[in-house]
Amino acid sequence: MEGMDEIRDTFFQEAEELLGELERGLILIQEGDRDSETVNAIFRAVHSIKGGAGMFELDRLVSFAHAFETVLDDLRSRKIGLEANGLKTMLRSADLLSDLVRTARAGEEMEAGREAVLMAELAALSGGVADAAPSAFDAPELPAGPVSRLYDIRFTPLAALYANAGDPALLVRELHRLGTATVSCDASHVPDLSELDPEGAYLSWTVALETTESEDTIREVFEFVEGDCILEVIAGEPMVVEEPAVVEEGDGFDVAALLARMQAELGDGPAPEATPSPFDMPFAPDFSADFSNVVDLADMRPVETPAPSPAPAVEPVAAPVLAASPAKTEESKASSAPAPAAGATIRVDLDRLDRLVNLVGELVINRAMVAQRVVEAGLSNTAAVSVGLDELEQLTREIQDNVMALRAQPVRSVFQRMSRLVREVGEAVNKQVQLVVEGEGTEVDKTIVERLTDPLTHMIRNAIDHGLESPEKRLEAGKPLTGTVHLSARHASGHIVIEVSDDGGGLNRPRVRDIAVSKGLIPADAQLSDEETDNLIFLPGFSTASTISNISGRGVGLDVVKRSVQALGGRISIASRPGRGSTFTLALPLTLAVLDGMLVTVADQTLVLPLTSTVETLKLKPEEIHALGSSKLVTLRGAFTPMIDVGRHFGYRHAPADLTKSVGLVVETQGNTRTVLLVDEIQGQRQVVIKSLETNYGSVPGIAAATILGDGRVALILDVDALVSEASASASDFSFAIAG
Amino acid sequence: MSTELANRDPGRETGDAREAIIFRVGPQEFCIDIMTVREIRGWTPATMLPRSPGYIRGVINLRGTVLPILDLAQRLDLPSVDPTSRHVIVVVQIGAQVVGMLVDAVSDIITLADSMIQPTPAVASEASRSFVGGLVALDGRMINILRLENVLGEIRAEAA
Repeated sequence: MEGMDEIRDTFFQEAEELLGELERGLILIQEGDRDSETVNAIFRAVHSIKGGAGMFELDRLVSFAHAFETVLDDLRSRKIGLEANGLKTMLRSADLLSDLVRTARAGEEMEAGREAVLMAELAALSGGVADAAPSAFDAPELPAGPVSRLYDIRFTPLAALYANAGDPALLVRELHRLGTATVSCDASHVPDLSELDPEGAYLSWTVALETTESEDTIREVFEFVEGDCILEVIAGEPMVVEEPAVVEEGDGFDVAALLARMQAELGDGPAPEATPSPFDMPFAPDFSADFSNVVDLADMRPVETPAPSPAPAVEPVAAPVLAASPAKTEESKASSAPAPAAGATIRVDLDRLDRLVNLVGELVINRAMVAQRVVEAGLSNTAAVSVGLDELEQLTREIQDNVMALRAQPVRSVFQRMSRLVREVGEAVNKQVQLVVEGEGTEVDKTIVERLTDPLTHMIRNAIDHGLESPEKRLEAGKPLTGTVHLSARHASGHIVIEVSDDGGGLNRPRVRDIAVSKGLIPADAQLSDEETDNLIFLPGFSTASTISNISGRGVGLDVVKRSVQALGGRISIASRPGRGSTFTLALPLTLAVLDGMLVTVADQTLVLPLTSTVETLKLKPEEIHALGSSKLVTLRGAFTPMIDVGRHFGYRHAPADLTKSVGLVVETQGNTRTVLLVDEIQGQRQVVIKSLETNYGSVPGIAAATILGDGRVALILDVDALVSEASASASDFSFAIAG
Repeated sequence: MSTELANRDPGRETGDAREAIIFRVGPQEFCIDIMTVREIRGWTPATMLPRSPGYIRGVINLRGTVLPILDLAQRLDLPSVDPTSRHVIVVVQIGAQVVGMLVDAVSDIITLADSMIQPTPAVASEASRSFVGGLVALDGRMINILRLENVLGEIRAEAA
């Protein structure tokens, strides 16, 4: 059942998106949005999740979604208003719903009874009427309380419905969930075979539905095919609960079996088209023989063809059809799922995108090579050639930008998760917090979006736990009781800049300094600017929490955040104003596929240094170099800084570099330590496309990846952190190795 | 992966006749299953990889893929010379890994049947026996059947 797995995956992917929409909608409402479309959107989100979950028999998910949906429905129809309390319940319900989806996806079972409290709260919200039939898809029982009505539903699909992959069988099945339905199909408009348009729509259905649900609920079933069908719903008189007029099934008329047979005879190939004609027609003559006696059961119109339409009591009709064509089911679900906010999108396998990205990288390199050959061939003076090359360059660049943009995603998905985090952390530390989000539509490479979660989680926890003062202190300071955490994203000079700021007390600089001194991170007499003091919190082993809370003091500090940000090729910094709060600023590259690099020459090899780790370049004087054992140190503004001769370190040459012809590159690594890398020459800065070395070879210590230069040759990208830590660890061994 | 390798390795395969490509390293001739060969191209200077084994010549750009180049002569402990533009890189793929092998020249394609394969005599050194999975006599020449998975197998392990 690989196909089924795929559909399951799709369901969960969509569920994630729907959960995002739900969260977004609830936040909007929380912010005072009273637009009915917002309520509709969240209702649809929960409804669609319920629908999909029902298909995979995720009963707990279904029953909770149902309870949730009931409240939303009441809210939508303005049966109930919304108070702060109710909104809280809904936000928590959304959290639980997403937990349920997640556990279901992982195939796990959530601990029993977690829904109970919220279910009760939800029931209380929806006017105290607890839902008697939470499992939406169970065979409907008629509760004694509500009055049921008999509805007469006439449903005539238009060709467009089939063209949009709609399926009447599904809709009819939906109706069955609402109550006791008696279904009949009118095939009288099916023309002769010769005139039959295989994509035409000729059938219509009449359903007598006895249900306690409202007319709106019935119409909702057809919500997704609105406009693609002619629908009439006529409400009958309320009726006393009695044995509904169900068609007797003993009439020797088993539609399920019949459909199964049709299916079998049509072969097990691709799922049958949604068009009913191809498989209804061949069997039409049979009906006349066998079923003439049941025609009067249904509300039939006179028929002209010799084939009276089947008047099936379609009780179990959906099951076999569905089992045979799950793909179709899902498609119709997918295509009909409303996506009011998002534009039209298409899912593309990430591998394909990456291949495209690679190919474009090729194109860029190839163009550079062609340009170089043109110069070599002495053709560069020809106006036509150089104009052509220029145009080619522009085109290539445009293609590259566009292709890179394909991998871009808004940071919204990560930002949305943060609002839940803020709620939970706020509750855990007894602080009232509101999260203000800005620029969640800012786009950045998918991988970066994914890897943003951890650092952001950490920073926001930090902001709430350490940044914001306790409610009492806030009142004392004359601040509003509710603390505010701002989370914003924007593009700035080829980077995405993300800021997390709080309106708390700001960093306690003397304390930060004391801690740094007591932990031996800085000398006691160190002269530090305010900015330098603030950034001490990123040092490994630094933690300001005086009591270790389970929120942010878990042994990992902000140095971990800094590491993970640097691993993405970004930088992080903090700005703090005492009494006014702190702001963490995170600058990340827009894509991981390219890197801003400094190209250097070492022993005739071109190497690339990530620009993010490069601080400055300098010319070295012999008198500034000092030997410490086998290591060399450089005096850098009074501080002794270790120096690495890259050419020797990598074994490109044995002789030490000629200082008069070398350049020093100051790089910053883990824990803000600085090191000087000795190279022969600096070629310049360039954006390079990152290529994996590990695909075909393996990892090389000190080398992060490779890239391809304009001349088509491979250049290695240095892993500065690894290089420095390795060099310092093996300094002594290494000198022996050389000597030996 | 190992089963796949075993199946592809001409030295062990017991199936029907298949085609093998013959190339020369110094005075010796070797062959590999043609299905493992992705392409054959001329030598281009490689970028050195720091601290790699001596038989790794470095990496080159193969249409955007970073391709490690293995000097087959050094790998097999044969006298190695600096490559010129007349040298040839045989690009082979095993599993997902693509590697270029530097050889002197590609000479022939032959159809290889199991009956033609003779076992490697015990006179050869252990190293060459682990790299050579059998011998084929062809027009008075001796062709070594290269055990590609052993030749390439350690690259990843050693590099990692």
